[in-house]
Amino acid sequence: MPAVAGPAAQPHSRPFIRPGAPAIVLAPMTEPGKVLATFHVNGEPHEVAFPPHKTLLEVLREELNLTGTKHGCELGECGTCTVQVDGVPILSCLMLAVDAVGRPVQTVEGLADGPQLTELQHALADLGAAQCGYCTPGILMTAEALLRDNDRPTREQIRQCLAGNLCRCTGYLKIFEAVELAAARCRGEQAEPSKESIHGS
Amino acid sequence: MVLDDPTTRPAPRSRARTDAPWQHDVEQDDLEHIGKPIRKVDARSKVSGLTRFADDLTLPRMLHMKLLRSTVAHAEIVHIDTRQAAALPGVKGVLTGKDLPIPFGILPVSQDEHALCPDRVRFVGDPVVAIAATEEETAWNACRLVEVEYRELRTIGGIHEAAANDEPRLHDYGVRGNIHRLENLEFGDLADGFAKADHVRQDTFFFEGNTHLPMEQHATLAHFDKDGKLTVWSSTQTPHYLHKALARTLHPLPAHHIRVIACPNGGGFGGKSDPFNHEIAAAKMSMLTGRPVKIALTREEVFWCHRGRHPVLMRAKVGVSKTGRITALDFHSYLDGGAYGSYGTASTFYTGALQTVTYAVDNYHFRGARFFTNKAPCGPKRGHGTPQPRFALEVQLDKIACDLGLDPARIRLDNLAPRDSLTANFLRIGSMGLGTCIEKVVAGSGWNTRRGKLGRQKNGRYRGLGLACSSYLSGAGLPIYWNGMPHSGVQLKLDRSGLVTAFCGSTDIGQGSDSVLGWIIGEVLGIDPLGIKVVTADTDLTPVDLGSYSSRVTVMTGNAAMQAAERARDIVADGVAAKLGVPAGRLVFAAERVFDSEDPAKGMTWQEAVCAAEAKSGTIGTVGSYSPPPSAAKFRGGGVGPSPSYSYSAAVVEVEVDAETGIYTVPKVWMAHDIGRALNAAVAMGQIEGSVYMGLGEAMMEEMAYRDRTHKGNRIFVHKIPSLLEYKSPTTLEMPEVVTYVVEDPDRNGPFGAKEVGQGPLLPMMPAVANAIFDAVGVRVDEVPVSFEKVFAALQAKQAGKEPRFGPANDATGVPAVDFGESLKIKTPWQGGDGTAWNEPKREKKAAK
Amino acid sequence: MLRLPTFTYHRPKTAAEAVRLASEHGKEAMYVAGGTDLYPNMKRRHQVPTQVISLQDVPGLHDVEVHGSGGVRIGAMVRLTKLEHHAHLKQHYPGFAHAVREISTPLLRNMGPIGGNLLLDTRCTYYDQSHEWRESIDFCMKKDGAICWVAPGSPRCWAVQSSDTVPVLCAMEAEVELVGADGTRRIKCDELYRDDGIVYLTKRPEELLTKVFLPPPGAWKASYLKLRRRDTYDFPILGVGACLWLDGDGVVTKANVRLGGAGSYAIPATETEKLLVGNQLTDERIAAAGSAAMKPARTMDNTDLDVYWRRKVAPVYVARALAACR
Repeated sequence: MPAVAGPAAQPHSRPFIRPGAPAIVLAPMTEPGKVLATFHVNGEPHEVAFPPHKTLLEVLREELNLTGTKHGCELGECGTCTVQVDGVPILSCLMLAVDAVGRPVQTVEGLADGPQLTELQHALADLGAAQCGYCTPGILMTAEALLRDNDRPTREQIRQCLAGNLCRCTGYLKIFEAVELAAARCRGEQAEPSKESIHGS
Repeated sequence: MVLDDPTTRPAPRSRARTDAPWQHDVEQDDLEHIGKPIRKVDARSKVSGLTRFADDLTLPRMLHMKLLRSTVAHAEIVHIDTRQAAALPGVKGVLTGKDLPIPFGILPVSQDEHALCPDRVRFVGDPVVAIAATEEETAWNACRLVEVEYRELRTIGGIHEAAANDEPRLHDYGVRGNIHRLENLEFGDLADGFAKADHVRQDTFFFEGNTHLPMEQHATLAHFDKDGKLTVWSSTQTPHYLHKALARTLHPLPAHHIRVIACPNGGGFGGKSDPFNHEIAAAKMSMLTGRPVKIALTREEVFWCHRGRHPVLMRAKVGVSKTGRITALDFHSYLDGGAYGSYGTASTFYTGALQTVTYAVDNYHFRGARFFTNKAPCGPKRGHGTPQPRFALEVQLDKIACDLGLDPARIRLDNLAPRDSLTANFLRIGSMGLGTCIEKVVAGSGWNTRRGKLGRQKNGRYRGLGLACSSYLSGAGLPIYWNGMPHSGVQLKLDRSGLVTAFCGSTDIGQGSDSVLGWIIGEVLGIDPLGIKVVTADTDLTPVDLGSYSSRVTVMTGNAAMQAAERARDIVADGVAAKLGVPAGRLVFAAERVFDSEDPAKGMTWQEAVCAAEAKSGTIGTVGSYSPPPSAAKFRGGGVGPSPSYSYSAAVVEVEVDAETGIYTVPKVWMAHDIGRALNAAVAMGQIEGSVYMGLGEAMMEEMAYRDRTHKGNRIFVHKIPSLLEYKSPTTLEMPEVVTYVVEDPDRNGPFGAKEVGQGPLLPMMPAVANAIFDAVGVRVDEVPVSFEKVFAALQAKQAGKEPRFGPANDATGVPAVDFGESLKIKTPWQGGDGTAWNEPKREKKAAK
Repeated sequence: MLRLPTFTYHRPKTAAEAVRLASEHGKEAMYVAGGTDLYPNMKRRHQVPTQVISLQDVPGLHDVEVHGSGGVRIGAMVRLTKLEHHAHLKQHYPGFAHAVREISTPLLRNMGPIGGNLLLDTRCTYYDQSHEWRESIDFCMKKDGAICWVAPGSPRCWAVQSSDTVPVLCAMEAEVELVGADGTRRIKCDELYRDDGIVYLTKRPEELLTKVFLPPPGAWKASYLKLRRRDTYDFPILGVGACLWLDGDGVVTKANVRLGGAGSYAIPATETEKLLVGNQLTDERIAAAGSAAMKPARTMDNTDLDVYWRRKVAPVYVARALAACR
């Protein structure tokens, strides 16, 4: 990939030309200093023109209007902006959007299959594990990756897996229980929340 | 399409219509929806990322606004030059203090804030200039081009400093110097109470300030449209109060041209309860530029908004009988209020109000002082003003039990405030399940066999158990501004499709208040709560609800919803009765049907019932409203503390302490919470667990720490750690195992007997941790947070043969010398008092508006 | 929202091209590996390169190679998550694998590679703040200002070495490969660092750290023990890296102890090392060695938690790290 310049640094750099575009370009296809690129988000291509200093978080929220991905610090300190790139949960506030081009990006909006929620989404809803719901997308993107690799995670593995996702509402317990419940349901078990977790001891 | 699995639904059970319009028999156990773990109305959206928070909104031609904030802690503004900033390409609007000259504040008695400081800055972070531009970066860059000349003033850094320095005054109102408020209330006969005591203890405590740290950073979108109407979408817990503040500061824009829509809050915890400068500035900027304007705060700016827990110094003197029965309490609190009033007047009273609601205190003297300092303003955080005294008194009671050789659980059980009683300060207690709460956590934790005996573990660490209790309000008995109108209103619209739409001003901050409406209305009308449409927190569309603060929504909104629903039910019943030829009183509303209780086959679907009613009575709409019962306290200051009901909590915390370093962990917590009745089991559990979590954070690590440095004669006074990384909050790895007990002691003032849930259980965490540390290693930390270094310091003191304690000086020097003046003297109910102060100067009676 | 300043972004295809770009742009250029350290710093305007050179397309930096000797060569761009779960590392280099696991959070470890962790910027609570915050203290000498707020009389910056892997890698005598304009050199990890909060590296700015070499397993044992408030997220406020060589009788023949989070580089606890060599690891010897550790440390009030306490508990932590090498 050639160097791509931001607007202030090199205001008149050559625009990045879309592959497959006609050989003769009559007019610039993007503003100077912007990159034109195709993102593969939730299985769909999205063509976006954006300056190269934009993070994946900014492009998802502000260019693609996928506002399900949240932000709480923009410094990698909270986990609310977690998305999956190549199936790996990462902090979208610390990844340049250009580095996500050509790689599958998965956001919370793409989890459900049509109206059908994932087992983890169902479990979080059943247990009231999304209170304000602000950390929930990040939690989902992190924990879904865990469940993909491990269909029987222990409580300790769940704790460790979510040790980069802050939540201020739930005290995490309903989230842990939801991951366990979802894992059991994914294994085909007729699992229900325990009486203690719903009604107390 | 069925979105939710109906198999989780309980089998419908018939229920006869009650005769009284909205007084339910709280003992009835045939409820269809109440208490069941039904999903929240917004659960699916929230787990799908579809909930639109304020910063998720955009409008065409929207501008982005940034605030230039003060870089000095205390100064006069000499000059502001915005010319260069205004000239930057992309900048569309610049505002300074002179554009917004009208002050505001949440309480009528402290209208001391400006959206942009006109002539004075009072803390690092106080906003001075607002700039809007086409891009957020441009606005930020433009802020760097503004020149502000300050003339620095002496900084007032804390409680002792404020008490010792009357000049410079931060504000030209208040009691005197930098004292914002002084309260001095005496109930009963203190001298007599202490004379009857067999043992008197006096201790000093300090509770450091901490902040809410909601995951969502505050954001506001304002749009002044071409019809002259202003709409403000904001992450606020109190759209009604924001509406009032906008109407005041944007004068002469009429109040009815302003619409406030509170977006779902990404966590609030009290931190989004004040009207904020950025909200007002965004509105004004939209009026100036004629374009939509958004501001989304950075994490650091959220720390500047603050309004969190006040740092409070406390000195408590308590007298007890041989058996540990409290005979008198003399309590002083000194609050570091930060730079502005905020809710501070209420906060000050709250450090004294609920002492009598947990344990019976026959003779009680409360003195409270709030100071102005050059810090981000303090305000209400979960528990508002009550966790600090709760910490002091619960630790002190533990010490007393220790002094007298009593069981800390027993001494509490022996001091319980009686149910259905009036306290010394005229608070009316209804249901009271603290005794049950204590018994639950004592039994669950193995308290009687394990306390004091855990000692050294195989891993070389020491384990201990600590117990503490609390009570909390179900909403404040009085509104923030004096008026005679309801605290909460609900409107219902019944559509021919069978749809029921509920309109209410309440705001969902994650606690589930939207769902509370659905559950209650669904129960009364016998319909699926998830089929009810809930429209909330929109001042154009919804009747006023005062907001999501002081745990008021379940009781107040709930009662209003119940009234509206029962009125709707009566209308529908009339229509159905006429059609079926059955007396209305015999009709049952359940399972989406209306039918004859004596012949259940005789009936109709809910939708048919609505149509029958509309045919008979015309378009169907009802209203319900709620005002709390009048307070028995009539003395000045008696307005803070009364509530329709009080929740109770008891906790046992287990700690494991590394005695070589003071580092400790909390492996397990047992928490019991008397909430009257759980309207939704799973959601109530979530509130309790969340309280345990947040209390644990306050107990172990959270604090608003400031850097206080002097360099070349200039004092630097700035928040030390305004970031999510360095302001420490517990992660998944610190969260202990929690055994939760939901205690249901129904209260007659609550919908279906419900009381508050979710603030109360935060309170006992801090003292229970401190008490557990004592049980484990025999040292006292009389300060919150009970951080590792303090445990270590106390352990070192113990090793050196000194008092095994860390905390503020345990004598009169620990607190500042403040002249509180003469106390207001109030005879207790059992002295024949009528709720007035016998020495209070006569005041002119203000009529309710 | 905090946003990045504008810059030109390069993704060179070879190490040589990367070095050429870095040389060409001089002070304007910085390498980026995972971005988890650089981008927050750029958002707060501590580091404001106008040329950012990403190493993700440079070949040969993404693998872990185990040699016949058991020694390991780790490419600088190998993500921490991969190292954390690497079977050979977990088995033969448990101290190092543990240190990797102690870094920040799982999400960050999914992004951050080992090279970036080795070159992590020094940290300080007067420095790791927003531009606005630093304006309110009139900045500091590490960026935009004149004085060191931690020690205002000091001519130097006291920002803190905060990488978790550095103390243990230095103690293990791991080596790194640097590719520069004039060729490639291999140096001991220890030699990569300087005792200065600002210029904390000895490598030239355009030199590219490409590989880390772990010495073959042998008669030595390394450990890492981290002091911090929470078991995730937090940087070390003390990170003890210890490596002890023992003979058949359990006598220490060589000892390397490095103190991270206690100064601007991983400080050798020389007194501790001396007390260990020639002795068996008895409880008493370990306690004594621990007590001597903090003499060279420069613990100051620029991290989390109380500075007095940090100094007081350090000997306990050093002793525990040593005990873990038994």
